[in-house]
Amino acid sequence: MNAQAPTSFADAVASVRPLTQGLKLWLDRSLIAVAVVFVLLVVVLPLALVIVEAFGAGAGVFVRAVLSEETFSALALTLACSLVALPLTIVFGIAAAWAVVKCNFPGRSIMLTLIDIPFSISPVVAGMMIVLLIGRQGPLGPVLDAMDIQVLYTPAAIVIALILVTLPFVAREVIPLMQAQGREEEEAALSLGASGWQTLFRVSLPNIRWAMLHGALLAWARAIGDFGAVSIVSGHIERSTMTLPLQVESLHSEFRFTEAFAVATVLIIISTVVAMVKWWLSTRMNDQQDNTAAAGQAQGANHVH
Amino acid sequence: MSTQTISTAPSRRGLKQRNSIIPGLALSLGLSSTYLGVLVLLPLALLALVALKIPPAEIWRTLTDARTLAAYKASIIPAFIASMINFVFGSVVAWVLVRKRFPGRQLIDALIDLPFAMPTAVVGIALVTLYGPGTLFGSYLTRFGLDTSTGYLGITLAMIFVSLPFVIRTVQPVLEDLDPSVEQAAASLGASPASILWRVFLPQLLPAMITGFILSFAKSIGEFGAVIFLAGNIPGLTEVAPLLIMVRLEEFAYPQAAVVAIGLLLLSFALLLVVNTLQARLAERISQ
Repeated sequence: MNAQAPTSFADAVASVRPLTQGLKLWLDRSLIAVAVVFVLLVVVLPLALVIVEAFGAGAGVFVRAVLSEETFSALALTLACSLVALPLTIVFGIAAAWAVVKCNFPGRSIMLTLIDIPFSISPVVAGMMIVLLIGRQGPLGPVLDAMDIQVLYTPAAIVIALILVTLPFVAREVIPLMQAQGREEEEAALSLGASGWQTLFRVSLPNIRWAMLHGALLAWARAIGDFGAVSIVSGHIERSTMTLPLQVESLHSEFRFTEAFAVATVLIIISTVVAMVKWWLSTRMNDQQDNTAAAGQAQGANHVH
Repeated sequence: MSTQTISTAPSRRGLKQRNSIIPGLALSLGLSSTYLGVLVLLPLALLALVALKIPPAEIWRTLTDARTLAAYKASIIPAFIASMINFVFGSVVAWVLVRKRFPGRQLIDALIDLPFAMPTAVVGIALVTLYGPGTLFGSYLTRFGLDTSTGYLGITLAMIFVSLPFVIRTVQPVLEDLDPSVEQAAASLGASPASILWRVFLPQLLPAMITGFILSFAKSIGEFGAVIFLAGNIPGLTEVAPLLIMVRLEEFAYPQAAVVAIGLLLLSFALLLVVNTLQARLAERISQ
């Protein structure tokens, strides 16, 4: 509160109308208080309460719950499924960005709209779409029947659902940045004799690495935490398709509250670390973008949107 | 999540864009189209096909069934209230984070991202522990005759949490671009805070605020994991639309589930369209 930014309009007013200074200061401070209390009340308090409850019956109970065989297999499954889905989402993001930004083709705007669709689908609807796709009644049904393969209610189904719900994350981060960077660097590399793959790995990807990482982190957090889609395609089979979020719900509905809180605490720790890294990355990206924008202005290049 | 605009307009050099010399179109377009085709377009078509397995009259009956309408209502009304709350408080938070310096500002800024990363089941169990019957806040709510399990209150609280970042993260960058000297000039010319808010801030920020509101609304109407813990899930009253889809699937009533899902999807697509139009207009205004 003591270090007021020079940009405050209260300061500017104060220099002109000293009498109202007290009022402006009071207004600024109460707005800060409102913002801080709102965030703490909505976000921090509920999560803090879960952690408190998890340790409520003593650290021993917490440790036993976290180290139980059920929790361990759920954790392993959650990490495995999300880490298999993630590279597949990244590949899509880069392929889509390359096609949309670096090459010309008719229908680019249609593609951009399609990329956004998974964002606006309810996780439950996404899960249902995957059930229709890979279920026995679906288009793949006869093939799966002939080979006697069951995909639905297996970890493979979870991976497919996770790819669908995380599909836009990397593409959405990378496309605007690639668009801002233009094509000159790639064209220079190619005209100097680099191959397409060399251009991708040595020029394009290094240029977008932070945005890519940022999108990948968001996608990973989303994949670990998905509940709606996974709960439809997984069948909640214990020790086989039970992810951590499903286990939280299952323990809670069985009134095993302390264990539910313990598993939730594990998820809170993972998500908080992801959110902090993501926040750190985005402040870093802002700096980088400012530099890019400054450099662009210096060159007088105005083709950048 | 991202709120940036992707522009498809041709470059401003005034020329039609020449064909790119960059290779890899076939591979990158083929790969990305396969993903979209298999994971998005084909399942959407399957959803429509499944819904069409029942005659049109039956589709209409499913859509206008009292339970379906109540489920849509239980998703839409709390989503609207939650987004309005985020619209007001989110704008205040964004303004404070951009324009004010105070101890802990960066921590608050980092905390805003938590709802994006937090699993919805964790949100659900956290909120039911705080607001559920006989809990810390829940017992006060009961004293005032409010109960999270029978009304929209529980659904709304869950939606406020999951959609909190949208307004803040949409307004923040626009506010950062807004030159503080404009407010200073207005203030030095004697404008009151109220008139600075009304005449300087709102005209500039409203498109971003509305975009954030719609994104928050779209996220909330599809919310499932966080909501089911705290809401009573009473059919015809506090059963949200995604839960009804789930119930129909468990009953193997696939066509009915598909009809409810398509109704929800059409609403989301309409919202997406509004956001894209708004953002295109916003981008135009910025580039001018």
